[in-house]
Amino acid sequence: MEALGKYFIFLGRLFINRETFGTYFRLVIDECVAIGINSIFLVSLVSFFMGAVTTIQTAYNLISPLIPDYVISLVVRDMTILELAPTIIGVIYAGKVGSSMASGLGTMRISEQIDALEVMGINSTSYLVLPKILGSLLMYPLLVILAGLLSIVGGYLAGEFTGVVTPTEYVYGIRFEFNEYMVTFALIKSFVFAFLVASISSFKGYYTTGGAVEVGKASTSAVTQSVIAILTADYLLAQLLLQ
Amino acid sequence: MIRIEGIQKSFQGKAILKGISFVFEQGKPNLIIGASGTGKSVLLKCIVGLIPPDRGEVFYYDKEFTHANRDTKTEIRREIGMLFQGGALFDSKTVEQNVMFPLDVLTKMSNSEKIDRVNFCLERVGLAGQNNKMPSEISGGMKKRVGIARAIVNNSRFLFCDEPNSGLDPQTSILIDDLIMEITEEYNITTLVVTHDMNSVLGIGERIMFLYQGVKCWEGTKDEIMETGVKEFDDFVFANKVMQKLRNNSQS
Repeated sequence: MEALGKYFIFLGRLFINRETFGTYFRLVIDECVAIGINSIFLVSLVSFFMGAVTTIQTAYNLISPLIPDYVISLVVRDMTILELAPTIIGVIYAGKVGSSMASGLGTMRISEQIDALEVMGINSTSYLVLPKILGSLLMYPLLVILAGLLSIVGGYLAGEFTGVVTPTEYVYGIRFEFNEYMVTFALIKSFVFAFLVASISSFKGYYTTGGAVEVGKASTSAVTQSVIAILTADYLLAQLLLQ
Repeated sequence: MIRIEGIQKSFQGKAILKGISFVFEQGKPNLIIGASGTGKSVLLKCIVGLIPPDRGEVFYYDKEFTHANRDTKTEIRREIGMLFQGGALFDSKTVEQNVMFPLDVLTKMSNSEKIDRVNFCLERVGLAGQNNKMPSEISGGMKKRVGIARAIVNNSRFLFCDEPNSGLDPQTSILIDDLIMEITEEYNITTLVVTHDMNSVLGIGERIMFLYQGVKCWEGTKDEIMETGVKEFDDFVFANKVMQKLRNNSQS
């Protein structure tokens, strides 16, 4: 409970004694590059294969001749949009971006760079963490959209390559009884997960004490706690928004 | 001038600072000395507000700092420059960007004005032309000098130095001490130096406070350290043979 209270106080400090808009603009752009652009390759790779493997495994399980082949792409579509793109990529995002945020801030803490900012009269929480959260909120939904697209493309190519589903049937399944709300739901999840990963990882890094070993521990803890938060939020959002 | 009154600080029930009062004067280096673990760095951090004291007050001239509101604290802090033990330079920024940082964030100077000011400060600390180097490419002594340049770039009225000579060879230590002394006198600022380096004490100890187990045990100047009559201070100062020899010579 004490840690939770400290986390909310930490979040409250993001919005007091801020610097100028121009300062934050530059920092947010830098974070967008660090968070978003540098994650494109990993996210693309994972989501492409995720879609491909889902297609093949779904086809493997659908052995009844009564079930049409287009169901394969329908399953890929629904799994991708509802769960794989926002949540699984969220876990990967926590591992890549969250650990980087925690270790970066942790190193700044133990090398007194955060103290240096405070002594200058700069609110270090706001200066260092707010751009990370804003950058994450801007970039993660875009990564989720990219992941969803590439997963479906990966499924299409795997289906064609292995012959488990024809391109025509795959496209038919993708379009069959499509519910646009699923995309809205996925984007809501992506904003929530983006905030959780950035804020929890920054919190763990910001309050690192000790030396290099503790920075490593903070980084590991940031990933673990971010993943737990993502999975908990995933369940709660599904309960709240899909019932 | 900085005045502290009755500063107390405990960690987990253990008293580290036990009611310290002192006046740090303008225009001369004020040294806080003492053995490791006596609370020197804690006191420094209480004065700059990185650690809130349990009791006591800090005055920057006539402005009370410890219990001041956020705006007053920010206003005072923007007149403070600090040299940290490890330099605390921003790893991802060049020397020039590090020194320019306070100007970027805290002022509305034009880019050319900022570059002029940075070049002036780098020249002042003997690092002209090193603008584009990264902190990882420069030596420990150079990092300290960049730290000093960053501390003075914003025309600070208060300079804090936490162990400025730690990890430096004796020759570089003297250079750093001389630089601190010159800057303090040249800009007539209030400088606080936390150290346990006796060379610094003898070199720039214009005003010295000796801490022992969280208590101010002695205060004076470098000219008075030979005859203090305070056992704890003598044990600290004359722990090594060179200092003992120096004292014997001065007595004979």
